[in-house]
Amino acid sequence: MADDPTAAPGPRRGLNRKKVRARPLPAGRAAPVGAGGSDRDERAARPWEVDPVAEARAERLARDPAHLLADVPDDAVIVARRLTKEYPGLGRPAVDSLDLTIHAGEVFGLLGPNGAGKTTTVLMLLGLTEPTDGIVRVVGLDPTREPLAVKRRVGYLPDDVGFYPGMSGRENLHYTARLNGIPRRAAEERIAELLAEVRLEEAADRPVEQYSRGMRQRLGIADALVKDPSVLILDEPTIAIDPAGVEELLALLRRLVSERRLTVLLSSHILGQVQSLCDRVGFFSRGRLVAAGPLAELARGADRTVRLEIGIDGDPAAIDPVAAPLPGVVSIEPHDRDPRLRIVNAHEEVTAALTAALAREGHALVHLRRQGDDLLELYRRYVPEDGDVR
Amino acid sequence: MSADVRSKIDIRRARWAERAPSGGWRTIAAKEIGDHVDSVRFIVLLLMVGLAAAVPLYFAADAIRDAASRVSGAPALFLALFTISVQDVGFVRTDALVALLAPLLGIAFGFDAVNVERSQGTLPRLLSQPIHRDDVINGKFAAGLAVIALMLTSLVLIIGGFGMLRLGIVPELSEVARIAAWLLVTILYVAFWLAFATLLSVVIRRSASAALVGFGIWLGLVVFGALVLGILANALFPIGPNVTFEEGLQTQGLRDLFLRLSPHTLYQDAVSVILNPGITSTVRPTTIGQLFAAQEQLPTLLSLEQSLLLVWPQVVVLVGLTVAMFALAYVLFLRQEVRA
Repeated sequence: MADDPTAAPGPRRGLNRKKVRARPLPAGRAAPVGAGGSDRDERAARPWEVDPVAEARAERLARDPAHLLADVPDDAVIVARRLTKEYPGLGRPAVDSLDLTIHAGEVFGLLGPNGAGKTTTVLMLLGLTEPTDGIVRVVGLDPTREPLAVKRRVGYLPDDVGFYPGMSGRENLHYTARLNGIPRRAAEERIAELLAEVRLEEAADRPVEQYSRGMRQRLGIADALVKDPSVLILDEPTIAIDPAGVEELLALLRRLVSERRLTVLLSSHILGQVQSLCDRVGFFSRGRLVAAGPLAELARGADRTVRLEIGIDGDPAAIDPVAAPLPGVVSIEPHDRDPRLRIVNAHEEVTAALTAALAREGHALVHLRRQGDDLLELYRRYVPEDGDVR
Repeated sequence: MSADVRSKIDIRRARWAERAPSGGWRTIAAKEIGDHVDSVRFIVLLLMVGLAAAVPLYFAADAIRDAASRVSGAPALFLALFTISVQDVGFVRTDALVALLAPLLGIAFGFDAVNVERSQGTLPRLLSQPIHRDDVINGKFAAGLAVIALMLTSLVLIIGGFGMLRLGIVPELSEVARIAAWLLVTILYVAFWLAFATLLSVVIRRSASAALVGFGIWLGLVVFGALVLGILANALFPIGPNVTFEEGLQTQGLRDLFLRLSPHTLYQDAVSVILNPGITSTVRPTTIGQLFAAQEQLPTLLSLEQSLLLVWPQVVVLVGLTVAMFALAYVLFLRQEVRA
């Protein structure tokens, strides 16, 4: 697993790193660069300690595709290493030194606030925009060098997908089929099949301008599948659809993924929807992947602490003397948003012991919850306040 | 899902993945032509082009025999169908109306080529298909040009057919060749404006703004172009009171060259010579001597080759301007980010 942030996720690290323009190299690969900015500043202050040869070698290795791709597993479908995109006029890189590996048959959710760099990443994967630095491989191909070969194998649903308003849904799909060089008869059969699958058979011959937002989105999924891709990239597939439409769309995606053996990369800033669909998720913030991994693993966090939210009928401070002596409890702190609650950090499962102890002391338990079970909390933990993300 | 269905999917994936990548622009052009022909703007412009043919013919049909006697020499009678004007209203003649309409055609079929894909949100979807990015702009340019060429060619054929059937004027081979040359130069001129409009559609995000800018520049060039270029020429190449005759002549040459930079002037010079075998020079006389010489010249008819030779520089510059304009649009489009 080369997802660097998985090794040590945490908001602190993300916050530190964003100030630093120097990109840390993959651990254990090159000259030790240390933990970012302070190190570099020191070296700038004492230039006589810089080893130019070692630095040049590290720099060269960091740009060598063979070196960067050495650890890529055989079943990797999407690989990014040190992927960076800078737009002129934007103070920071839109995507900053991204390391990402997505395996065959996996559903990966890319989560982050608007402007975090999700769409830019997706565009680089498709070869629609050129990376400033770093390496991308999609189905083993470089999208910058062989965009056509990549685009033939990857279905893409852009955010805010559009269709030619005067043409019917079916005609729009036929156009896509022609652009993919699919023979007419095969296309007809396949499009009918796909329209049935996304439940647009009845509306298929109406002009797209009469479609609702949800219908357009479903047509977009059919459109992405016309070329029979092995990879599907969905950019904000559920944005601006009503809740019922979202449920339907997710059910459709779930079915498609299981039936077609697709590898899916899905970006979203709406967390709950992704939860049920994704095998792994990655949190994106300010162009950086701050954490990635299976949801359960992320929930436990780097230090593997369990965080329990506890509320009793009465003064929450009364919890402290009860919980503190229990084996495994690390610390107890007030809840950051709800003053009636306490948070107990523990090394292991202490729920049973804690509830038993509270009951013995005569406290009535009114609230008990293990934090990290839902994405929103994880999101809060890994992604800095939305307010300071432009 | 059963195993054989899966293997079927695999085989299909493999086969489709091997498809040759070429020809994306043809698919796009075919779709665009369909869109153009279906559109309201096509019908409106077709009507205007139709009027440009019908009105002069209607008014001049009675006078065409008189015109025949006015045209010096029988071989140019068929050409008179395109150049005959209503009495007292000089500009109501087919070639002048086409010269007026040509930029309109070019702008109308190009101003929303790229920006409408952007505003509809179809551009990312289109570019994520296995086509080269330049296929989009090439296909759209080709489609616009094809539709316009179709329109102008049918205009010429209708006028010619009318002349033959109703007026009994049978063209000579050289006249047909002249009309064909006129048609080609006109299509070239429209291609310039189409390339210009495509450029606008790449640079200006809103198609309405692109259309306004395009028509504004066209109007400016046609109405004020000669005036502005004249003022510029005076400023850039002044002829002072005490220059020698040779110097003055040289400056005047430069000045003429400068005035011909406008594509409008280039086109008008070219077509007037092509449609009128009696015109033997595109250069206006500068000195009294040249004026006398022009007046004393015996009225002669040029052969087609000689007429073409006369306007070759104009045609070449027009080709150059068109290519430059399209190249600019092409490069800017390729360098543009998919997302605004």
